[in-house]
Amino acid sequence: MTATEVSFELNGRPVQVGVEPNQSLIEVLRTQVGATDVKHGCGEGVCGTCTVLLDGEPVNSCLLFAVQADGASVTTLRGLGHDEGNLHPLQESFLEHGGSQCGFCTPGMVLTAHWFLGQNPRPTREEIREALGGNLCRCTGYTKIVDAVDDHARANRSDHEEENRVA
Amino acid sequence: MYAAAFEYVRASSWNEAVHHLSEAGDEARVVAGGQSLVPMMMLRLAEPTVLVDVGRAAERSIQGTDGTLMLSALVRHVDLERSLVVAEACPVLAEAATHIGNIRVRHRGTIGGSLAHAEPTAELPCLAVALGASVRTLGPGGERTIAADDLFVTHLTTSLEVGEVITEVEVPVGGAGRGTCFLEMARRTGDFALVEVAAVVDLDGNGRCAGVRLVVGATADRPADVSSAAEPLLGEEPSERAAQEAGRAAAEALEIGPSTHGSASYRREIVGVLARRALLSATVRARGALGQDGDRR
Repeated sequence: MTATEVSFELNGRPVQVGVEPNQSLIEVLRTQVGATDVKHGCGEGVCGTCTVLLDGEPVNSCLLFAVQADGASVTTLRGLGHDEGNLHPLQESFLEHGGSQCGFCTPGMVLTAHWFLGQNPRPTREEIREALGGNLCRCTGYTKIVDAVDDHARANRSDHEEENRVA
Repeated sequence: MYAAAFEYVRASSWNEAVHHLSEAGDEARVVAGGQSLVPMMMLRLAEPTVLVDVGRAAERSIQGTDGTLMLSALVRHVDLERSLVVAEACPVLAEAATHIGNIRVRHRGTIGGSLAHAEPTAELPCLAVALGASVRTLGPGGERTIAADDLFVTHLTTSLEVGEVITEVEVPVGGAGRGTCFLEMARRTGDFALVEVAAVVDLDGNGRCAGVRLVVGATADRPADVSSAAEPLLGEEPSERAAQEAGRAAAEALEIGPSTHGSASYRREIVGVLARRALLSATVRARGALGQDGDRR
């Protein structure tokens, strides 16, 4: 077995790292490049907390070998916003609605919701529930999570409508 | 969880994949999306010594030509859900794809991978048998075509030879009066299916049933073709009563064991219910396709 050099873009910054083929992307992200905002949950692709956006699309970073991410762009929660005063409006909405209890599912929830709203900016609550159906919250705080996403989507829309009126 | 050590090779073409596989022998595995194989590797249920990544071996093309839908084996489940060509030619592929795993799994998982993995509860193998689909393969001995019904042998076992890969999936589209439906029962979103049913109904210009296919998945070691249970529909305008009787006959025809999440009798009941609903829905859609009433599907 030989270490392989892998290059990818992490939240817009180029990363180069030596990995063994059997290292998952999440392991490399957490232990070799400091991206501890990605959480390790079930390790089987079921719970969704390890979600990252690979070339803009949600994937299980626990089921991807890091070698497979060579040449890709990887977005983690920090790619949206990363500290107080610099939170993404969707994260602000999670805060405001209490859409985060223990917080362990939050990175996957926010990234999945962010991707989903890019696909469907005017979702119904049912569509939001379906989109987040593969992300498990063991505090079972689903209602407030859906509220946070729903409210953010509505606020986004009224902003756009405001802009259109001004224009 | 940590997969056992392996050598990773990326194939840039199908030929290259076959070459790597024949060099590596029967301890090698093909990975595309890796949404079934990789969890098994993490749990050490699979320990390939060589992993041949075919993810970039070809384009993810979807083409409708001359009564046939040709899909690259690398077409992902989300591609089935979003493709206009699929929506026109064979919308039931999209209907079945929405039941697969979760949105992350559907972004990586491929149609070729699902068929080659031959998991008995998987959606696409069941549907492929119902649609009379076949796979084109490439192996050390060259190309061949295998009907889906001949591909699935038993749990996680296909008739593919060592070193042989699925390159394309060929789906016959059917005539103007075709209606299709895929239904599944699982305990929770994303769970393995307890029962799944695929139905294909072909109506002639007079609205009479000219062909019917009914296949049940997740109840045995491979998809179970119970089309003969629906044969009484042939030559008739399918009615609710006939669909109900076909569902009951299908349930009786199957050998069903208990699963962790449902007793044998419960699952048998569900087969009857889903088969009835799928046959009716496929009939309504076939009528829609003929312009005989509402639902255009």
